[in-house]
Amino acid sequence: MLTERRPLLLANARLIDPSRDLDGPGDVLIADGVIREARRGIGAAGVPEGTEIINCNGMVVAPGLVDMRAFIGEPGASHRESLASASQAAAAGGITTVICQPDTNPAIDNSATVDFLLRRARDTAIVNIHPMAALTKGLAGEEMTEIGLLKAAGAVAFTDADKSVMNAQVMRRALTYARDFDALIVHYTEDVNLVGEGVMNEGEFAARLGLHGVPTAAEAVMLERDMRLVALTGGRYHAAALSCAQSLDILRKAREAGHAVTASASINHITLNETDVGPYRTYLKLAPPLRTEGDRMAVIAAVASGLIDVVVSDHNPQDVETKRLPFAEAAPGAVGLETMLAAGLRLVHGNEIGLPALIRAMSTRPAELLGLPGGTLRAGAPADIVVIDMDTPWVLDPIDLRSKCKNTPFDEARFTGRAARTIVGGRTVFEHAAQPAA
Amino acid sequence: MTPEPKSSFVLAHRHLLGIEGLSKSDITGLLDLAEEFVDLNRQVEKKRTTLRGRTQINLFFEASTRTQSSFEIAGKRLGADVMNMSVASSSMRKGETLIDTAVTLNAMHPDILVMRHHASGAVELLARKVDGSVINAGDGAHEHPTQALLDALTIRRNKNRLEGLTIAICGDVLHSRVARSNIILLTTMGARVRVVAPSTLLPPGIEHMGVGVTRDMREGLNGADIVMMLRLQRERMNGSFVPSSQEYFYYYGLDQKKLAYAKPDALVMHPGPMNRGVEIDSSVADGAQSLIREQVEMGVAVRMAVLEALARNLPNA
Repeated sequence: MLTERRPLLLANARLIDPSRDLDGPGDVLIADGVIREARRGIGAAGVPEGTEIINCNGMVVAPGLVDMRAFIGEPGASHRESLASASQAAAAGGITTVICQPDTNPAIDNSATVDFLLRRARDTAIVNIHPMAALTKGLAGEEMTEIGLLKAAGAVAFTDADKSVMNAQVMRRALTYARDFDALIVHYTEDVNLVGEGVMNEGEFAARLGLHGVPTAAEAVMLERDMRLVALTGGRYHAAALSCAQSLDILRKAREAGHAVTASASINHITLNETDVGPYRTYLKLAPPLRTEGDRMAVIAAVASGLIDVVVSDHNPQDVETKRLPFAEAAPGAVGLETMLAAGLRLVHGNEIGLPALIRAMSTRPAELLGLPGGTLRAGAPADIVVIDMDTPWVLDPIDLRSKCKNTPFDEARFTGRAARTIVGGRTVFEHAAQPAA
Repeated sequence: MTPEPKSSFVLAHRHLLGIEGLSKSDITGLLDLAEEFVDLNRQVEKKRTTLRGRTQINLFFEASTRTQSSFEIAGKRLGADVMNMSVASSSMRKGETLIDTAVTLNAMHPDILVMRHHASGAVELLARKVDGSVINAGDGAHEHPTQALLDALTIRRNKNRLEGLTIAICGDVLHSRVARSNIILLTTMGARVRVVAPSTLLPPGIEHMGVGVTRDMREGLNGADIVMMLRLQRERMNGSFVPSSQEYFYYYGLDQKKLAYAKPDALVMHPGPMNRGVEIDSSVADGAQSLIREQVEMGVAVRMAVLEALARNLPNA
């Protein structure tokens, strides 16, 4: 792809740019990998000679999605997912930037591994990939990592991935130290002792299935502790994956007190609930577990209102050996890069959230929190763009997934709308082939 | 026979437990007296008889090389009988409490007790139980008054003053008794003091001690006359307080590049023992701007001054 690319005009689109509160008809002109203009009425007359013009026919043009939480197996488990395969899946899902988690093997807890990952991504991935680095060495929850040097090497935030830092003193010092470097700490909030042997939401369904439950308090207790530590230290903090109504009250209180606290919810927790587990379906075994319908409704309302800033895919590829097991023994996690947008559109069609609010949570806010240049259609921003077909119905066949693992909770799900085209740095990295009319 | 000292300064306290509580004139009096001992210590005949007949016990519950030996030399040069008691051979090892040890030692009528202990406040506890004078040779993270005095003497001899100087104290302030004593002494004498460290090595509330606080070496060293480095204990540099010695050196270790932020004639100090390549680079520690060896020399003179000034106030003096 060394040939000079022609400028590109995405014409006749519905532009959605949460960074400017923009939702209306318009065109986007892209040249040299950056957005030149995004406004109403650029038209074919207003573009340089030789510009390629794509008629969007009223489809949505939005900043490409930024997924703040994806588990990728490279290095160490590339049979489950490589940076290349994850990037293919992301592109097909309208995601232009993936933030990979540090629980690889070896863990991303030193600058050399960050460097390796960035080079490897540059050479093999078709979307932008940035790593979060481990908050503690070996994700062991005991000794903080080289937060200053790791940030300088390119780590966008610090997290122990799907592990909680149980030692409050370690967390306090990490928040204190990270503040000096203006580093963001992303924490999975779960008290491991309260989780115990729990494998699904505590309550009637767990009782009927004979499975140990995970109380919502496991999340709330840890989040509440963290809010006190944030108040003590003034560090920048992000709760990685909230799942229940109880957590939202804690989050709201911290926000109102003016603390630098933000939060994510996974796409699974705003589209599914505990009953979807049905007859021990291990693809719906997640961490945190799917909660009640009441929790789901509270969490999606919090995303719509902006209390929860970010929606993540929580992409977690698991192969047959780790999923085709009795429910209690199966690994938690689901793939999500390719389906996050389509699942989110369900909520838009169901009037649970507006499309601009969804794009804000899937693109603009994560880019802002991580200090990344995407998430906007402003002139000068990188041309990371998703063109969204809002209307075409389709059924997910896991075989079609580009991810190396097919553990999707949306097996055979019916969706309406998807990414029609994904552009990264001005280059189209995915284009959905129009299906012939049946 | 050496001449009698010119200074007739008497420290109007029974003990020296800290810099806290010393007035500006107390400090100046001690430093002036110490100047005389600097000269004395450079002569062949270094002995005085001021402490003849006195018994000095050095009671060290923490290992020490330079402080203990310089207190021993100081006492001997003033004519005292000096006994060293280290914790390894003491009854404290057998479970005796600090107060029982104090009472036992007191029965031997020591005139001066020099004590170092790992717990803040332990020296004061001892002072309440003995009849002689107690000198704090370092208690926990509280105070190390003779270190601050020797640092002040070193600075004064090189800059001819303390007042108005800008002094950056850098590193593990949280655990440092040297930092606390220096902050109190230097601010009392009218110097501007800044502390520079990652937030994890700063005690919350330090800003109320009359110092500027910054986490950035460039900002902290900018325009400084004196850069005072603190030792970072090995067990604190592996992820508990700072991530690694490598990262610590990168952001907080004093090398030539960071030293260039200070004034061109800035001088570098370190209470020792140094961790080369952690808080200080060898090229700085051994460089032309380093006062580190001079600090050790001043240590003996300052401790002689403290012993003499306290002895003049002892009963039957």
